[in-house]
Amino acid sequence: MRYVSITPEEKRLMLKATGVDRVEDLFATIPENLRLSKTLDIPEAASETDILKYFHSLGRKNASAEDFEYFLGAGAYNHFIPTVIDSVISRSEFYTCYTPYQPEISQGTLQATFEFQTLICQLTGMEVANASLYDGGSALAEGVLMAVRTTRRQKVLVAQSVHPEYRRVLETYAANLDIQLQELPFTESGCVDVEALERLVSEDHAAVVIQSPNFFGVLDDVEQAIGLSQSVGALSVVVVSEALSLGLLKPPGELGADIVVGEGQSLGIPLGFGGPYLGLFATKDKYKRQMPGRLVGQTVDSEGRQGYVLTLATREQHIRRQKATSNICTNQGLCALVAAVFLSVLGKQGIRELAEQNLKKAFHLRKLLGDSLVFSGATFNEMVVECSEDPAEINRQLVSEGIIGGLPLGRYFPERSNQMLVCVTEQNSLEKINRLADVLTSVKVTL
Amino acid sequence: MTRTSVTSLLNEPLIFERSGPGKSAYTLPRLDVEDVPVEEILDSKYLRTEVRGFPEVSEVELIRHYTRLSTWNYHIDLGMYPLGSCTMKYNPKLNERVSRIPGIALTHPLQEEQHSQGNLEILFRLQECLKELTAMDAVSLQPAGGAQAELIGILMIRAHLTRKGNPRKFVLIPDSAHGTNPASAVLAGYEVISIPSDKKGRIDVKVLAEKMSEEVACLMLTNPNTMGIFETHIEEIAQIVHQRGGLIYMDGANFNALMGYARPGEMGIDVLHLNLHKTFSTPHGGGGPGSGPVVCKEHLAPYLPVPRVEQEGELYRLNSDKPESVGRVHSFYGNFGMAVRALCYILSCGREGLKELSEMAVLSANYIRRRLEGHYELPYDTDILHEVVFSDKKQHKKGVTTLDIAKRLIDYGFHPPTTYFPLIVEGALMIEPTESHSKEELDAFIDAMIAISHEVEEDPEKLLSAPTTAKLTRLDEVRAARSAILRWEP
Repeated sequence: MRYVSITPEEKRLMLKATGVDRVEDLFATIPENLRLSKTLDIPEAASETDILKYFHSLGRKNASAEDFEYFLGAGAYNHFIPTVIDSVISRSEFYTCYTPYQPEISQGTLQATFEFQTLICQLTGMEVANASLYDGGSALAEGVLMAVRTTRRQKVLVAQSVHPEYRRVLETYAANLDIQLQELPFTESGCVDVEALERLVSEDHAAVVIQSPNFFGVLDDVEQAIGLSQSVGALSVVVVSEALSLGLLKPPGELGADIVVGEGQSLGIPLGFGGPYLGLFATKDKYKRQMPGRLVGQTVDSEGRQGYVLTLATREQHIRRQKATSNICTNQGLCALVAAVFLSVLGKQGIRELAEQNLKKAFHLRKLLGDSLVFSGATFNEMVVECSEDPAEINRQLVSEGIIGGLPLGRYFPERSNQMLVCVTEQNSLEKINRLADVLTSVKVTL
Repeated sequence: MTRTSVTSLLNEPLIFERSGPGKSAYTLPRLDVEDVPVEEILDSKYLRTEVRGFPEVSEVELIRHYTRLSTWNYHIDLGMYPLGSCTMKYNPKLNERVSRIPGIALTHPLQEEQHSQGNLEILFRLQECLKELTAMDAVSLQPAGGAQAELIGILMIRAHLTRKGNPRKFVLIPDSAHGTNPASAVLAGYEVISIPSDKKGRIDVKVLAEKMSEEVACLMLTNPNTMGIFETHIEEIAQIVHQRGGLIYMDGANFNALMGYARPGEMGIDVLHLNLHKTFSTPHGGGGPGSGPVVCKEHLAPYLPVPRVEQEGELYRLNSDKPESVGRVHSFYGNFGMAVRALCYILSCGREGLKELSEMAVLSANYIRRRLEGHYELPYDTDILHEVVFSDKKQHKKGVTTLDIAKRLIDYGFHPPTTYFPLIVEGALMIEPTESHSKEELDAFIDAMIAISHEVEEDPEKLLSAPTTAKLTRLDEVRAARSAILRWEP
């Protein structure tokens, strides 16, 4: 057993020191009838070679971005990942350490997290960001719970154009807390129905939740939604599932958002079949003591040297138990480091350039799709297309050409079974974009 | 030879302070579509000018920045990390390699099932292994950590009881439990009733029987508990709770003590969670990502999160058609990458290996206990499994506390144990060695602890001023909380 370092002789010595004859005796506090008498039905140990063979064979049973060009987004985006990221996060110092509860020997993680918090503030235009939550869905849930806590109100308006999986997570979290979730419809442009919002929102509302770019890829009317929610004292919660868009788009903070939650997967984290990803959470300074999750703050040591510690811990479960602002303990520390490295690699110029490439490539497709587009609103790198046949059927056709097509919208919106949500990133080539448009419109593109 | 030497760590400013206009660490491919100006695509009302404050550094500077930062971290590959309840075991390199296989890592969660058969097989096989290890009937790998699993588990209990007519009002939680337990119970809409521990460090069964009623939904217990003590009366406890129609949730954070020896499903547990980032060796990553599979008996299976991964003939599929499910707690399928690593670990260890791990973890903890019990106060003399809790009672008389002992250990080259937890022990020092260490490493740790106990008598100042060999001395946490500087400002 290569993960154990005790020799048989050392084991004997240790047993002797411990005062028992056999290692089984150490389990004597487990009642006899509860002790397992059979051998576990789990395979015998496999060699490293066999394990590699096995997992490689599993990899070959999947389609992956190594072999296919993806036009599938919907909350998980195939973006460029700079090589240096894996070099940094593969350092044992970062990936095999624990939560930095002992700051004197955890300054690396702490400073990197402080930088992450700063980068997320800058990206979202907010004043304070935490050290990460699990993913976009639970970040939304935590954002709504914080709004409920802060306003002491129980009603929440949630746009139907917020990612459907995030909404389901929110429903799970809110189910037994006497919170009333109400849906906010969207218009033909794909934007939230502002008139409906004006009509529905009241002083009973804790929060109004919208997403931009929303699930349909449309840049939503964030400013109006924020204004209307704040006019009745509700907090505006803005969801961002494509974090890269903030390299180019006006950040929610600049528009006055109270809470920004989102998914940071776009920031250097591989598609990874859906996880681990990165929950983002940012808010205004005045709400910092209501925030969920860990926070790193700056301080000094006993000799006056600058350093960092986990702080405002009296919000957290290990101190406050049932009165904590959230039950979260483990977060997505290493994924936050990935995002920090990603944003530092790209920097001020790169984040803009990368976002612009997404916009321009998607715009190229948008022009080609013309009348097949379902929503008229402006888009970043995703759009909904009306298909002439079953989108799943179209996708089957595309696979033979090395393309993984968009998301058949019927998966989440049964009434939209003929529509497809298509995503274009910097990873897509002109050739394949043209080919996709060709198949989707069934009209030959002339180059 | 002493374990530590004088370290010379390089200083490094914040990345923002390294920034200079015009430096860059990236290259992008040339744009291959028409270069339409952004302003012609989007109205200026949507656009920002720039991301103010973002750094600009070269690749060399970036790598040096993070490399220097990394040298300020203690980590498992460097040495023993005896944090109780955290199971800081070795994180095999093979797990990391396997999780990065492109055919596995570069897959989209929404691609068609027939294009994801390899990944679904990973999820399915891991579920089967966890079922076998726990003697339970069904699994969801969706929760991203223990706390999220607790929420789901309690919601499942709530759904089950609701269907039987009454969701009930209370959750019973021993006073030695992790803080997440009560926080999760409240999130699931319950009020918490605390159950005291008895003189042996176990749940006080008499009090439990008194507190148990038709208004109690469940008991949340950790077994072995946070003292490292097996709840020997588990069957009686289960009977008391079940008799009044309640259920039992087990926090499986300490499952590393039980593999191959005992199975929760045979102790009357209805639902539990495991921590892949503890028992199954996935790395802690400086605080995550983790993964908290929730594992349950048949009667709770209908309420598990969707989608469920199922096998149909030769094919694996995702089934969301579970009308009684409590819903989702995570997008897609949870922290899939952790599932890949955990399966790799289980297959690497095999059935005998897993059992051996638990044995060595329990042996190591007991060895530490025997060798240290003369030097530090043992609040309970009960036999333990995988972890041992001491207190600072002896040292306190000299004006030295658990905090000081912990900080002094840093000077001896060790990460401190978990401190001041469980809350039922004043000045607790909670030590969980795991199975990963050689006898030599364990002895070095024990010797350091003994040397520190002597220093308390002879030269307590050494403890009060510790650590002196780390990058920084003790940090001012009060000042951090009061000034709350949570981001860099130019």
